[in-house]
Amino acid sequence: MGILEKIDMETLLKNLKEKFPRYILDLREGDTTTLTVKREGFLEIMQFLKGEGFNHLIDLCGVDYLNYKLEAKPERFEVVYHLYSISRKELLRVKVPIPEKDCWQYSLTSLWKTANWFERECYDMFGIVFKGHPDLRRILMPEDWEGFPLRKDYPLQLEEEREWKVYRELKTKARGAR
Amino acid sequence: MGGLLPLLIFAGLVLVIGLSMLLANRLIAIRKPFPEKLIAYECGIDPSGDTKGPFKVKFYLIALIFLIFDVEVVFLYPWAVVFEELSWFGFVEIFIFVVMLFAAYLYALSEGGLKWE
Amino acid sequence: MGVEKSTIEIAPSVRQIPGTPAFITPIDKIFNWARASSIWPMTFGLACCAIEMMATGASHFDLDRFGIIFRASPRQADCLIVAGTVTKKMAPMIKRVYEQMAEPKYVIAMGSCACSGGIFRTYSTVQGVDEFLPVDIYLPGCPPRPEALIYALLQLQEKMKRETGRWGFWRK
Repeated sequence: MGILEKIDMETLLKNLKEKFPRYILDLREGDTTTLTVKREGFLEIMQFLKGEGFNHLIDLCGVDYLNYKLEAKPERFEVVYHLYSISRKELLRVKVPIPEKDCWQYSLTSLWKTANWFERECYDMFGIVFKGHPDLRRILMPEDWEGFPLRKDYPLQLEEEREWKVYRELKTKARGAR
Repeated sequence: MGGLLPLLIFAGLVLVIGLSMLLANRLIAIRKPFPEKLIAYECGIDPSGDTKGPFKVKFYLIALIFLIFDVEVVFLYPWAVVFEELSWFGFVEIFIFVVMLFAAYLYALSEGGLKWE
Repeated sequence: MGVEKSTIEIAPSVRQIPGTPAFITPIDKIFNWARASSIWPMTFGLACCAIEMMATGASHFDLDRFGIIFRASPRQADCLIVAGTVTKKMAPMIKRVYEQMAEPKYVIAMGSCACSGGIFRTYSTVQGVDEFLPVDIYLPGCPPRPEALIYALLQLQEKMKRETGRWGFWRK
């Protein structure tokens, strides 16, 4: 995909809509072009976009829309990807809604190695399992932590009983020594 | 023989001072050993991995070369003390000695024995 | 042995050979002076307060003039300056490092996060390092200025100079 064959964003989005009509849920222009995509065709669309010059995965994160009042969201979770085309200097946002009961998503590690740790963080904070991830485990919280902290129904402070086992033992041992 | 008495006193003093420092530590220092304190330090986590890495040969080389030339210096000191009495004969003898060891030095230099990685 | 004869009672059930303070106090003074004049902190910079600690140790606010040299190993340090937010994941490691220090050891909780959790009253932040460590000096601030850290270290020196009897192989 050389510079000579670079097509502009409008043509690219038109091609995209023609090629994957079933998978694209929404396309919003604005400051940043936002593409809402179904989970089934997600990998194909990402492969297509990577081929079209969007070679830089800037970010990957999760969103929890529990009790969201501004819009009627179809699913509780969403995984948001920011792709950047270095040759075109264009930013593209891709959103994938994830249902609460069926909380998994395809992993992007086969296309971009950087998605590895981003997806680990998304799993750690929201509980979204990434199928195809080589090493899905917690990255920020301790390995044996229970619960997914960035979900909207996770408490800000934990009660004494729900405290992390290792820390609770540390505190009791310290109090006992005093 | 008279020169050895100060040496003996000196050795005795060294022994006394050293031992008294150790004894003072034994008496004065607070000692509270327990298992978690005595394990190897590894930034707060449990120690893991092997501490024995491969031995680096450069240490051995440097020690060897040092030893040889240090012994040469040891031989030079007595000559330096009595070189006037030995006059020309001693001078030629020590010159041959130094030249032989200088050749050894040039060889070590050329073979890269003095190169510290 | 005549314990009743050779000792006097200075407090309920505390007996003392008369005159020992004249002998013990100078020893205490010497040890306290030695310890206070050479506090060697263990660098435990966790977050932003670490930068202020580094600034205090650097040339403008120099800590070396107080005899304070930062040591990277707990075996060679006698003061643990906990500088920064302590998370529950990090807590066991701080405890381990504190345990590996040799007596006599002191702890300075530097910054609001180490004193009380700071602004982070959440599931993952320890609400003050004194939940599992015995703290000698609390230094609030977010972050405390280098002058404040120097003041805290000077206060620790004063605390050390007030100590008595913190020596001896028979002490617990």
